[in-house]
Amino acid sequence: MKDFLRRTPRYFTANRKTEQQIPEDLWHKCSGCGDLIPSKQFQDNAKVCPRCTHHERLSADEWVSYLLDLDSWQEHDADLAPVDALGFVSPKDNYAKKLETLREQTHRPDAAICGVGAIGEVPLALCVSDFAFMGGSMGAVVGEKVARSAERAAELGMPLLTINASGGARMHEGMLSLMQMAKVSVALARLGEARQPHISLLLDNCYGGVTASYASSADIIIAEPRAHVGFAGPRVIEQTIRQKLPADFQTAEFLLEHGMIDVVASRAELKSVLARVLGLYTDKPRTEGRFAGHANGVQSYIRGV
Amino acid sequence: MADEQHTSEELTPWDIVQLARHPQRPHTLDYIRGLCEDFVELRGDRRFGDDRALLGGIGRFNGQSVVVLGHQKGSNTKENIQHNFGSPRPEGYRKALRLMQHAEKFGFPVLAFIDTPGADPSMGSEERGIGEAIAANLVVMAELDVPIVTTVIGEGGSGGALAIGVADRLLMLQYAIYSVASPEASAAILWRDASKAPDAAKAMKITAPDLHQLQIVDEIIPEPAGGAHLDTAATIAAVGASIQRHLDELQVLPGRELRQRRYEKYRSIGLVQQAQTIVLSTTEAP
Ligand SMILES: [Zn+2]
Repeated sequence: MKDFLRRTPRYFTANRKTEQQIPEDLWHKCSGCGDLIPSKQFQDNAKVCPRCTHHERLSADEWVSYLLDLDSWQEHDADLAPVDALGFVSPKDNYAKKLETLREQTHRPDAAICGVGAIGEVPLALCVSDFAFMGGSMGAVVGEKVARSAERAAELGMPLLTINASGGARMHEGMLSLMQMAKVSVALARLGEARQPHISLLLDNCYGGVTASYASSADIIIAEPRAHVGFAGPRVIEQTIRQKLPADFQTAEFLLEHGMIDVVASRAELKSVLARVLGLYTDKPRTEGRFAGHANGVQSYIRGV
Repeated sequence: MADEQHTSEELTPWDIVQLARHPQRPHTLDYIRGLCEDFVELRGDRRFGDDRALLGGIGRFNGQSVVVLGHQKGSNTKENIQHNFGSPRPEGYRKALRLMQHAEKFGFPVLAFIDTPGADPSMGSEERGIGEAIAANLVVMAELDVPIVTTVIGEGGSGGALAIGVADRLLMLQYAIYSVASPEASAAILWRDASKAPDAAKAMKITAPDLHQLQIVDEIIPEPAGGAHLDTAATIAAVGASIQRHLDELQVLPGRELRQRRYEKYRSIGLVQQAQTIVLSTTEAP
């Protein structure tokens, strides 16, 4: 894990620049235990606290850098952008303006990135939600990226990995956002017909319409330790049942105990877990010619395999 | 009809929410009684229990065997408690899944009725994987080989509604609502203030005409002036006639074709644009 920083200069340089205003330059304050950790050690440890093993949230770009084989990533559909189809304005909210502001802040048009890459030399389609953009909520763009990723995987004959941290459906797109749950499901059905696996990685936190669609209909579900995952948010449940929820409620460990997920994997072991799983669905020898004749964008990283 | 449209224009979205939730409005069991002969309720998910908030069974609709599914609300407090206010637990969705597969096995069309504020938010439902239960139904409905006609008869709320709503045709009563989350929950999520529900009802476009315009709803079924509760029999008959019309169109199609069209219908929902277009439209903005 020491090579985390070295292998990912592109994204982490950008991140460090924005962090220079705060003393995070040298020290990182762990949001799990509150201890100060040397920033370099924290970065080298893939943003996992070496003291309490708290897994700090990674951005979508950081996930790509951390998990994928070097130079294997090829982003697709980067220019897909949301439309304010409802003309959502309320006394407290203006969706079009919000989108504009966020695009400037995050340099991304919406809350997910998708593309193809490889883990342990196994090619796969990938879609990662970005919690920094409206809580990773699923509107038409996120739905479209998940659906395209599923279809890309089906078409190219490779597994699909989705990395999911999301507050759920995006309220500002109303029923169009709810319908994304149906949209991703019809696309995932195609992936199933192509007999390619969907692996869902659940991160802290994942709720609502994302949990109630593609994140939970996967063939294999892996979660990071102590990630909170559920359908209804804890606040809503507490208000409904009028009592406090147990401390471990809706954590990855709770889900494992209740039979809802397959594996809880720490960030340190995640790459090897994924490589092992992916390898089991790839019994054909991975040769350069395997994807000949398929759609664009595949050859460049296949050559490296 | 002209009068009704006139009335509908004068009602605010929040007024329509009240009509959609009217306790005397016909509920799923009323439609089953009114439209089906020889109905046999099929109960239980064969896994854990039987949910009374989502009912299902087999019956004869205009002479033809069908599987019926629907959320059930009560008309009074006692009934509402019995039916958990129409909020299904995982067992309800797993029973629905079982009955959908039953429908496919025997070639019965599926008729579903949506009337729920949303799936049950509780510890037990989370422990037993309510998210997974809904997610599984979405994929199964995507692939079902038989026609699915779903009608929003009252309140459609969130994934808890959609879990029986991935359909070849989505019909909606004139004063029903269908939203990504209930107006109260939406207001709480958006502005941390559930009392702003009327604002959410307006902003989120949850009425039948709005959803027809967004091409989510295929047909609006007119209600008697003042709402379905004022003439239950006429409302149920109108719903039945509409369902039959759509079934007639769907049943000539082979299963493969149904699935393909259902795929295309849902695959194309939701506008996206290339980022380039946005840049152009912002520079053109005054
Ligand atoms: Zn710590």
